[in-house]
Amino acid sequence: MKDGGAALKFKNNSLALDATDLKILAMLQEDARQTYTAIGKSLGIAHSTVYDRIKKMMEFGVIRKYTIVVDAEKAGVESIVALMTVFTDPKESESVAARLSKAPEVLEVYTSISEELLILAKVVAENQESLHRFIADSVAPLPGVLRIRTSIVTKKFKEAQFSLVPNSKKG
Amino acid sequence: MKEETNSRFLRIVPREKAFYFFTSVGNYTGESAASMKEFLEKISGVNVKSLEFHLYRGDFEKWITEVLEDRRLAEEIGRLQKANLSGETLRSQLYSAVQKRQRLLTSGFTSVY
Repeated sequence: MKDGGAALKFKNNSLALDATDLKILAMLQEDARQTYTAIGKSLGIAHSTVYDRIKKMMEFGVIRKYTIVVDAEKAGVESIVALMTVFTDPKESESVAARLSKAPEVLEVYTSISEELLILAKVVAENQESLHRFIADSVAPLPGVLRIRTSIVTKKFKEAQFSLVPNSKKG
Repeated sequence: MKEETNSRFLRIVPREKAFYFFTSVGNYTGESAASMKEFLEKISGVNVKSLEFHLYRGDFEKWITEVLEDRRLAEEIGRLQKANLSGETLRSQLYSAVQKRQRLLTSGFTSVY
């Protein structure tokens, strides 16, 4: 790579990201409303190049969507967040994870293996009672659920998106 | 008619209507009960914190009224809630109340609502 950045190769498709792609992504992660012209100017490349590369990254699913990050507290929305650990029968783990993923109350779902197979999920609810009702009525009865541990978040110290170029700034 | 009602109180309910024992908000013990018989069994073995959690939230009373539809037992549980019991005393009293009701229903001699 002429500007020193290593290309990232993805296992399941042929798209390889070069340093320019990564810089474009970093800039979009910083502010997705930037124009192609502004990004191009900042990186010293033509806006049409920026357009082509973003289009390609969208086609390959590297850029999944453009969205906004809402601060629920500032928006006046009463809510609590909880981190739920669901211990499951290994045979049912996939289906439990799939069912959880469909619930609007569940924001993120992961499977993990420690001593037992378990599912980790981030859940949002209006209050403790609605959180409990959701878990009691919609999670505990799922076939294969062995037990559940839930921690209600009391204070958030950090929440960030994964960055492909952790320490990079524009340019 | 009486026997039909008794068997309704003692029936096994679908899994989604079973009682799921938690020790606190969101913390499921893995124990559930889908009938009065199973409820009695679970009372004797579940973490006593779970009994305290559900009794004082009114969850037992609600489930027995709405799912088992046994208002008489629900009222008895409601009385225990007011007695401010805890720990093994609570377990013992709760077990005794449910066991007494179950025996009465299975014997076929009972007054029902």
